Amino acid sequence: MLKDITLGQYFPGTSLVHRLDPRAKLILVFAFITALLTANHALTYLVILLYLALAVTVSRVRPSALARGMRPMAFIILFTAVLNIFYTPGRPLVSFWIFTVSAEGVERAVFMALRLLMLISCTFMLTYTTSPLALADALGRLMSPLAKIRVPVHEFAMMMTIALRFIPTIIEETDKIMSAQKARGADFETGNLFRRAKALIPLLVPLFVGAFRRADDLAVAMECRCYHGGGGRTRMKQLRMTGVDALVLTGSVALLAGVSALGRLGWFMR
Amino acid sequence: MTAPDVFVKGKPFLLEARQITYVYGRGTPFEKTALDGACFSVSAGEFAGIIGHTGSGKSTLIQHLNGLLKPHAGQVLLEGRDIWEKGVKMRDVRFAVGLVFQYPEYQLFEETVEKDVSFGPAAMGLPEADIRERVSEAMAFVGLDKSVAQKSPFDLSGGQKRRAAIAGVIAMRPKVLVLDEPTAGLDPAGRREILGHISEYRRQTGAAVVLVTHSMEDAARVADSLTVLAHAGDVLRGSLKDVFAQRETLTGLGLDVPAVTRVLLRLRALGLDVDAGAYTTEDAIKAIKEVSGSAQSPSLC
Ligand SMILES: Nc1ncnc2c1ncn2[C@@H]1O[C@H](COP(=O)(O)OP(=O)(O)OP(=O)(O)O)[C@@H](O)[C@H]1O
Ligand SMILES: [Mg+2]
Repeated sequence: MLKDITLGQYFPGTSLVHRLDPRAKLILVFAFITALLTANHALTYLVILLYLALAVTVSRVRPSALARGMRPMAFIILFTAVLNIFYTPGRPLVSFWIFTVSAEGVERAVFMALRLLMLISCTFMLTYTTSPLALADALGRLMSPLAKIRVPVHEFAMMMTIALRFIPTIIEETDKIMSAQKARGADFETGNLFRRAKALIPLLVPLFVGAFRRADDLAVAMECRCYHGGGGRTRMKQLRMTGVDALVLTGSVALLAGVSALGRLGWFMR
Repeated sequence: MTAPDVFVKGKPFLLEARQITYVYGRGTPFEKTALDGACFSVSAGEFAGIIGHTGSGKSTLIQHLNGLLKPHAGQVLLEGRDIWEKGVKMRDVRFAVGLVFQYPEYQLFEETVEKDVSFGPAAMGLPEADIRERVSEAMAFVGLDKSVAQKSPFDLSGGQKRRAAIAGVIAMRPKVLVLDEPTAGLDPAGRREILGHISEYRRQTGAAVVLVTHSMEDAARVADSLTVLAHAGDVLRGSLKDVFAQRETLTGLGLDVPAVTRVLLRLRALGLDVDAGAYTTEDAIKAIKEVSGSAQSPSLC
């Protein structure tokens, strides 16, 4: 049950997409989403779709893994599509009772669904191919100019790193405690809302106690290694943009920005 | 110690796992076969040991015994009935097969030790008076003083917490008590004490006990039979004597016979005609006394 959480899960690999500098990947995802949200032409969508397909192929992420991640969103996507089909005014295709399906509605529904699917796929591609720690590191580095205006960037990055680091630990611990309480007859699955909420106490108390114990241990361990905040700290694993990273980044951004700008400016034939 | 009647043909086992296969993370890139056709069985009143090196699947196997994990292949039979059959209430299985996890002290949650120990019996829906009786009985079995009953479990020492957690399972009066490394992280005195309490519990209640352990000495001290897990399956299964007779197999797996048996084997290799089949210190002393009594080797002892 808990193991089914795929959001934010990382599938280690050695593909070009995996090895790409995480900062480049973050910027790419940003460019991709911008292009997607500004797209207003079939050709633009096609180019973006092909780009995504290429990224998935190169990364060797199994399409089934992407599909599994999308399952919880299926309802929202379907709902949006159906709403668009019926509520877009335009040339009527069929009409029955109070509903009218217009050609524009169908077109819009398809694009809307496509847009959502690609949006989700792209974020999954980021988390599937980038370890959470690399992601936190990259975010911290990209935000580092903000430190000049006294935003505690280092602290945020450290907090995020620690939080990300402990998510799997906490999930594992939750699983263990749940099993242990089930072995004593705890029942997490039946009963009304109130009973279920009460049934969570034997799970939550040990979980919190454990989390605080761990936080304490971690604080001591950090202090023992003379951690005193971000000042003067260097890294063992420096992020370094290579030529390949720069090439992929500029190429992709140019492509995505170009294709969406062209679509906006009406350069494609309608 | 006599060989348990597990080995009598035709007698049904109290609890039996047949050819269990279990794969963690099935269908993901992180697939890991933890068990592949592992077998295990325990008869009424038997004290069964399960031993194996780290990652051999001991914890995975015992989580099948009370239905916490559903085998991908194979069966678990409780009193001859498949626990995954339609119509079997899983909670009844959980109450019949009491499972104490590795480091059980991390599952304590109530305000007082007494309340925590009564969680299981309360979940069984027993009347108040019964619960109270079972709680004090269980606490006595694990050697917890009455004075700690009203204390917060978080104020106890590590060893006391461990014992409180074990009492929480004993209080359900399971037909089979399964313990996953109950002595992990305790000093020798603490280990001996816990094992002593468990043996005593078995003797007084006649319940079957399954003990998962890393230590050959612990197994030799309390168990009747032994199952050795390795390579995701059961490699050896039988009475202590039979298993310890397979020294080559054991050492091949990175395990060994108990230290006292090693001493006896070494003495034999040095030419002393001692019976090397003993695996507890008491038996070993007896065996050595026998030969030294015949004054073959005056330099000994
Ligand atoms: N929740 C889990 N998810 C994925 N793999 C697991 C999980 N639990 C155990 N495993 C794997 O299954 C194998 C068997 O683990 P198990 O915990 O049963 O071993 P064990 O014999 O109890 O070891 P130990 O003596 O260290 O407690 C190990 O290789 C382990 O990595
Ligand atoms: Mg284990």
